[in-house]
Amino acid sequence: MTDKRTTLDEAVASIESGMTIGIGGWGSRRKPMAFVRALLRTDVTDLTVVTYGGPDIGLLCSAGKVKRVYYGFVSLDSPPFYDPWFSKARTSGSIESREMDEGMLRCGLQAAAQRLAFLPIRAGLGSDVRAFWGEELKTVTSPYPTDGGYEELIAMPALNLDAAFVHMNLGDEQGNAAYTGIDPYFDDLYLMAAKRRFLSVERVVPTEELVKSVPPQALLVNRMMVDSVVEAPNGAHFTTAEPDYKRDEKFQRHYAESAASDETWQQFVRTYLSGDEADYQAAVRKFGEQQ
Amino acid sequence: MMSVTRAEVCAVACAELFRDAGEIMVSPMTTMVSVGARLARLTFSPDILLTDGEARLLADTPAIGAAGAIEGWMPFGRVFETLAWGRRHVVMGANQIDRFGNQNLSAFGPLQHPRRQMFGVRGAPGNTINHATSYWVGNHSKRVFCDRVDVVSGIGWDKVDPDNPAFRFVNVYRVVSNLGVFDFNGPDHTMRAVSLHPGVDPDRVRENTSFEIAGLDDAAETRLPTDDELKLIREAIDPKSLRDKEIRG
Repeated sequence: MTDKRTTLDEAVASIESGMTIGIGGWGSRRKPMAFVRALLRTDVTDLTVVTYGGPDIGLLCSAGKVKRVYYGFVSLDSPPFYDPWFSKARTSGSIESREMDEGMLRCGLQAAAQRLAFLPIRAGLGSDVRAFWGEELKTVTSPYPTDGGYEELIAMPALNLDAAFVHMNLGDEQGNAAYTGIDPYFDDLYLMAAKRRFLSVERVVPTEELVKSVPPQALLVNRMMVDSVVEAPNGAHFTTAEPDYKRDEKFQRHYAESAASDETWQQFVRTYLSGDEADYQAAVRKFGEQQ
Repeated sequence: MMSVTRAEVCAVACAELFRDAGEIMVSPMTTMVSVGARLARLTFSPDILLTDGEARLLADTPAIGAAGAIEGWMPFGRVFETLAWGRRHVVMGANQIDRFGNQNLSAFGPLQHPRRQMFGVRGAPGNTINHATSYWVGNHSKRVFCDRVDVVSGIGWDKVDPDNPAFRFVNVYRVVSNLGVFDFNGPDHTMRAVSLHPGVDPDRVRENTSFEIAGLDDAAETRLPTDDELKLIREAIDPKSLRDKEIRG
C-alpha cells in the first residue's frame, strides 16, 4: 500500500494561486494550523477559503492571501472572540464574503461529497445570507405539496474544493485516521468534497496500533479520503486538539494583541512566522516558559 | 423573603422561557440564560436537555462551569440535525434587535464593507427558521433595540412569507432584557411588553428603545424568585455570581 507521508512544505507546494481550499476544524478547535503556517511560507495568493473560521482564516488574511471566504462564522472561541485579522480584512473591504448559516456550510460540503449540484435547506430563508450571496444563491421549489402549498427552500450549492486540509489526533501512513476528542467536526466532509486531500496528525502509528487505540467509530477518515499524510506534533497549535492538548489561550491572546499595530505584528512575524514549523514550535515553547 | 437582585429576577425570567417546553434541547448562549435553563430543569421543567456547551449532554445539573455526569453525545453535526428536526429552543445574544424580532450578531455597516466585524451570522438563520428562538439582552438600550438591524442574522416576524410553508416553524418567542420581558404579540407581530422588572417604569423602557413597544403601560410586574429558586441560584447553580457580570442597571 502507498506510503503517503510527506512534509508540510512538499504538501503545500501543489497549491496554486486562485484555488478554493477547505480548512477543517471549527473556530479555534483542531485547526490544521501547521498547514496554514506552511501556506504562509508560499507565495500563493487569491485563495478562496471555505471554513468554520478561526485563527486559520485570520492568519491567511494577515498575509493578504485571501480573495473570498465562505464561512458560517469566524470566532476565536475565547476572548477577544473576534479574530482581528479577519476583522481588518472585512472592514477594509479587501475580501469578498459569502457569509452563511453554519448548517448551510455543512449542507454545501455534503452536496459536494455526494456529487450533487445542490441540497435543499431551510436555513438562510428570510435572512441577509441571501444578500451576501446575491445571484450565487438560489431557491428551489419542492415538487411535492406541504400543508396545501409548495415549499420554496434554499438550494445550497455544492462547495466543491480544489484542496482540503484537516488535522487529526492519530493516523497511519496510508491516511486512515482517528479523532480522539469529543467532536469529529466536519473533517470527513471537507476531505470528501476536495480534489486534493491533505491530512496532518499528531502521531503517525502502524495501522494495527491505530485501530487498537480507538473504538472503530472514531476512525473518521479512511485512506480513500487522503492523498498526503504529514506527521505534525502540536500541529493544531494554538487551537485545541484535545485530549492531546488544550487551546494555548495565552498564545492566542498574544496573537490577537499582536495584530494591534504594524510594529507588534512585525515582531510576531519575526518571532514565529519567519522560519519553518520546527522554528515555530521552538519559539512557542520559549513563549510558554516565559509565561 | 430575602432581598432579590435584578440579575436574579432576570435569571427567573430566563427560566420561564422554558416552562412547558417538554423534552427538547435548550441551548442557552450566555451565562444568564444558562442559569435560567438550569433553574428551570431543577424546578418546573425537569425534562429539558442541556449540554456542557461543547458536545456532551448533561445528566446532572451542575453549577455553571462545573463538570457533571453526562447522558449523551451532541457534537456540532448532531446539533444541526436537532435544529432541523425542531426539538430545540435557543436563546441567543443580540447586538441589535428591531420591533419585528430581526436580530444581528454578524457585523455593523454595509455587508461587504462593515464598520465593525462580529461573528458573522453563525447559526441564527437556521435557528430562527426551524424552532423556538428567544434573546437575552443585558443592556437594554436604543443602540440594541433599533429601528433597523444592519445585518439580518436571526429572522423576524416580518420576514415570514405566508405563501411559503417553509416558514411554518418560525417562532421568535421572547426577549428578556435587564428591564423586562417582551414577546411579539403586538400589532402585526411587533414587540410587546409582557412584564417589567420590579423598579422599572414604562418611561425608562421607552427612553431606551428606538421604536414603540406595544402594551408598555399595561405590562405586569415580572415575578420574583421564590425562596427555593433563590437558594438554587445562589448555592447550587451560580455560587460565584457570574450572572451579575452580564447585566447593566
